[in-house]
Amino acid sequence: MSSTPPPLKAIHVPGGPVPPGSSRRTANGGEEQPARPPKFVTSNMSFYYGAHQALFNINMTIPERAVTALIGPSGCGKSTYLRSLNRMNDIIEGTRVTGDVLLDGQDIYASDVDVVALRKRIGMVFQKSTPFPKSIFDNVAYGPRIAGERRRSTIVDLVEHCLKQAALWNEVKDRLRDSAMALSGGQQQRLCIARALATSPEVLLMDEPASALDPASTARIEDLIFELKQNYTIVIVTHNMQQAARISELTAFFCLGRLVEIGVTRQIFTNPEQKETEDYITGRFG
Amino acid sequence: MSFSIDEDYARRLKRRHLASRVFERACLVVTWSSVTILAVLLGLLLYQAWGWLDLAFLTRHNHYEADRAGVLSGVWGSCWLMLLTAFLCVPVGVGTAVYLEEYAKPNWLTRQIRLNVANLAGVPSVVYGILGFTVFVRFFGLFDRPQTYALNFGMTSIEFHLPLGAVILSGGMTLALLSLPVVVIASQEALRSVPASLRHASYALGATRWQTIWNQVLPAATPGIATGVILAVSRAVGETAPLVVLGAATQISFNPGRINSVVDIVRSPGKLANVPFDSFTALPLLIYGWVNEIDAERFAHVAAAGIIVLLGLLLLMNGAAIYIRQHFRRKIRW
Ligand SMILES: Nc1ncnc2c1ncn2[C@@H]1O[C@H](COP(=O)(O)OP(=O)(O)OP(=O)(O)O)[C@@H](O)[C@H]1O
Ligand SMILES: [Mg+2]
Repeated sequence: MSSTPPPLKAIHVPGGPVPPGSSRRTANGGEEQPARPPKFVTSNMSFYYGAHQALFNINMTIPERAVTALIGPSGCGKSTYLRSLNRMNDIIEGTRVTGDVLLDGQDIYASDVDVVALRKRIGMVFQKSTPFPKSIFDNVAYGPRIAGERRRSTIVDLVEHCLKQAALWNEVKDRLRDSAMALSGGQQQRLCIARALATSPEVLLMDEPASALDPASTARIEDLIFELKQNYTIVIVTHNMQQAARISELTAFFCLGRLVEIGVTRQIFTNPEQKETEDYITGRFG
Repeated sequence: MSFSIDEDYARRLKRRHLASRVFERACLVVTWSSVTILAVLLGLLLYQAWGWLDLAFLTRHNHYEADRAGVLSGVWGSCWLMLLTAFLCVPVGVGTAVYLEEYAKPNWLTRQIRLNVANLAGVPSVVYGILGFTVFVRFFGLFDRPQTYALNFGMTSIEFHLPLGAVILSGGMTLALLSLPVVVIASQEALRSVPASLRHASYALGATRWQTIWNQVLPAATPGIATGVILAVSRAVGETAPLVVLGAATQISFNPGRINSVVDIVRSPGKLANVPFDSFTALPLLIYGWVNEIDAERFAHVAAAGIIVLLGLLLLMNGAAIYIRQHFRRKIRW
């Protein structure tokens, strides 16, 4: 059942398809890019909510500075897998992980790993945007402040930089003191991305970041992801096949807690190895 | 009717609408009857207090003659009790709630604590009075006779007795114990109603548990906590029994700490230090005393006037609770 490829040393990732409306086309778009070193390597990883096993023996490698999409039917364990990458599952009572999850070759479940420092390195954006009931400025400044940054000028610069990165600056620059709750859904989601960027993470985990947004806001988020992957490793869960096809280099298909197949996105969508993947993508399943 | 419904259904529908209307009326009657009883009570009180509740009554100390009795020392006593009670029970109560909700593992011990906090909320106030008397007023009888101590801090000196005796500190600590269970339960409820997504967002940004609690959870829970605290404290301040058991007096003709106005506090803040160690009386105690006077007919008017002052004070507290709730709600804006 779990006929997954062994963890790779390096992954060949082609230039991803260009999202509509983006002017940033890579020079060699479509051709093979240099091999990317792995960021995350999970081997023989299983996950349990108490007695309920949610993930079975996951072997998977996520390359650096690329977008990896996780797809699969509802309840198959995509979110669980994503949350195990920054140990957000630790918060849930009675959860257990077996196997290895390596970040840059280091086991993140080792006893000497500090989850606080780990989560600073790995930003996360949730499906439902969760701005803090504070001002827009304070939302973005939260990460650096709790990390101990006290210099006002540094924080001001950082907030501006992150809001620009998240393509939100122009809309909010005149009302940074206003409550973040007054923003629209799409703006809130970009604010959450800006907030995650403010801790200067290496990885961004996104759990269906655009599922509650209209097409225009979704397109903006996708553009944003396309920009961000120059500098960040991005893992994104999505139910939107077109979205996965548009923005990701690699796609992993999960089903019933198992990783069925992972591969180059174009390959997965045009010529999957597994029958299940094909059924799911063509809509005959899930 | 433009659309057809079968006869049976129509008949049942009529009955359903009737039942709905009857229930609505019943609720209305119940509501209005309790409001009416309250209004009659208030009306009677006002009628009785009429002509007795005046500025002189508010600015006089108590007296054994009905027409010279006043509430001043009681108002000050109750206000200090209220402040001290809130000051003592907020950190302890909120701290307990934070521990139980945020840190405690669900094991046998924490289950017992939870259960018994709920039980404590049902313990009669007299029992707290006896506890306060034994522990704070008498120090378990460890001292043969009260010893007087004085501490000097430059300008001010604090004078106190050990055991404490029936001073404001004893009263405040007793009332704090009395309000504690309610404060804990209300705070737990408020903490529990903070959405999990808020905590998760904070943790995901690399916040420690304490940073998450302090920066996100507690601010979000403040309206609920403040409401619980104020309701519990205003409940406690209206209590008579524990203060009677503590042995607080009714014939007291000075204000605690000899502070007679807010101006006094500004002019010599050092006086504040002596407030907790001063004897006191409180509004419910005064009322209790007046009800038991031999000159019942005239003192009934005094008691009514005192009750109205106490109600006014509690109303003020509840107003503050509503204000705080609205203020924080507006600031939080979900
Ligand atoms: N907190 C939890 N406690 C117990 N079981 C859980 C918990 N969260 C998820 N599960 C279970 O784990 C399995 C995987 O859930 P998960 O949320 O990872 O699915 P998903 O692929 O993200 O689904 P969706 O696409 O609907 O978001 C499900 O069977 C679910 O019932
Ligand atoms: Mg999910």
